[in-house]
Amino acid sequence: MNKRNFSQNMAFGMFWLAGIVSVLIMAFVVGYIMVKGLPGISLDFFTTSPRGGLSCDGGIYSTIVTTFYMIVVTLVFATPLGVGTAIYLTEYSSNTDNRVAGRMVSIARFGVDTLAGVPSIIFGLFGYALFVTAMNLGFSILSASLAGACLIIPVIIRTTEEALKAVPAGYREGSLALGANRWETTWKVVLPAALRGISTGILLSAGRIVSETAIFFVTLGGSYRVPHSLMSGGRTMALHVYYLAMETRAFDKAMSTAAVLVALIIIMNLAINMVTNKIAAK
Amino acid sequence: MENETTRMSTEDYSLYYGKFKALNSINIEIPSNRITAFIGPSGCGKSTFLRSFNRMNDLIPGVTTTGTVNLDGRDVAREDVVKLRKKVGMVFQRPNPFPKSIFDNVAYGPRLHGLKNRSELAVLVEKSLRQAAIWEEVKDDLQKSGMSLSGGQQQRLCIARAIAVEPEVILMDEPASALDPVATLKIEELMNELKKNYTIAIVTHNMQQAGRVSDYTAFMLTDQNRAGNLIEFGATKQIFTTPVNSRTEDYISGRFG
Repeated sequence: MNKRNFSQNMAFGMFWLAGIVSVLIMAFVVGYIMVKGLPGISLDFFTTSPRGGLSCDGGIYSTIVTTFYMIVVTLVFATPLGVGTAIYLTEYSSNTDNRVAGRMVSIARFGVDTLAGVPSIIFGLFGYALFVTAMNLGFSILSASLAGACLIIPVIIRTTEEALKAVPAGYREGSLALGANRWETTWKVVLPAALRGISTGILLSAGRIVSETAIFFVTLGGSYRVPHSLMSGGRTMALHVYYLAMETRAFDKAMSTAAVLVALIIIMNLAINMVTNKIAAK
Repeated sequence: MENETTRMSTEDYSLYYGKFKALNSINIEIPSNRITAFIGPSGCGKSTFLRSFNRMNDLIPGVTTTGTVNLDGRDVAREDVVKLRKKVGMVFQRPNPFPKSIFDNVAYGPRLHGLKNRSELAVLVEKSLRQAAIWEEVKDDLQKSGMSLSGGQQQRLCIARAIAVEPEVILMDEPASALDPVATLKIEELMNELKKNYTIAIVTHNMQQAGRVSDYTAFMLTDQNRAGNLIEFGATKQIFTTPVNSRTEDYISGRFG
């Protein structure tokens, strides 16, 4: 075996090792949580609310409800804004001769990229200052959703832009050449063709809401009761894990909640894979 | 050229990308119900010129024009672009059916222009697919995706889609360059049928194709500033046998290009 083949084999060996180690670490984390958490999970765990206190008896029913509300309300705010912005940026602004509009667009793009890199607690702080305090919305699902929307709008804009850019230019030309205007072309041809890509972005964003804690820590309150309106406070599952671990002795409950959370994230990622695979198959 | 009716024409038409002049003062008259071919080497502006007839160049930022392009004697720049593109259809180099059913592809244009009635739509779709010589191949399953057809079938579907809005002119931008010889032959036969009802302008880099299908041929070439010029225009037979301009003769005889 010559020298070059030897160094190639060495290199690939190292990469293989790196890959195996990363997978093992992930498997260990998930496995550890599952082993510690699964024994505490029963039907009761899903259907009863936490009872508070140091031992924190009960299940996680109210946190599941809160998580669900948070996903829905946040997406209701963020999806139209994010998708709308992306449509503007890709379908309209790129075809402008107007210098001012062009400048605005590049500022908007830069802003989107910057926002995507801002630590989430900053959005939390902003949400606390604006929605909770200044707008007097209090610690509530509404405040937390608005702050959460600020976090995921850049994600939705980015993924929607990618999805729209992946639509072949020929579709647009074909539609315009038949006498459609830009809006008709966007609505009837481009958006349907980009739908799966856009759905992926929305699912990714839902995943962010499920896993986010910092923002909700300062905007959602932390009540473990079942929320009854948009103005109710609450705690999401992820936030519940934090409270259980830091403020109670119920570490086993934290592990069980974490196991449910991990399972949920895995399911959401599988859903994303299914959606994207269907795109690839097309 | 004497006994022809002019469908489209240009007068001193120039086009600029920013400061770069891409088309230089072109005058041409495209006769009705004939096939006019634009030939010339790559980059001579023939596609850009073709796209001037349905104002597709409007979509490119920084494009400005001088002179006029006329349809039935009226300046297309003053016409509503939606109405113009209904009258001047286009078929592209790469077949570009929408990711919709065959039926919805053909019905797309008519629906856009207000036709809602289902049975009228069905009649129009069948008529268009028949005219585009693809009806027999797809009639059993119009709900099948247009994307599932072969390249040649896709291109005929796109022609059917263009016909469905009942245009006067069909512009074809190298419609067969992405197709195999058999599919190409079908498209060429189809063009001969279509010219009974439509005026056709086709860009092609294939001189044999221009010679086979067209009634008139326009030869374009870039000048020293890389702007596209119309060098010679006339009956295809004359252009291919007794060209007036020596550069046309050089190109036709394969001495360059």
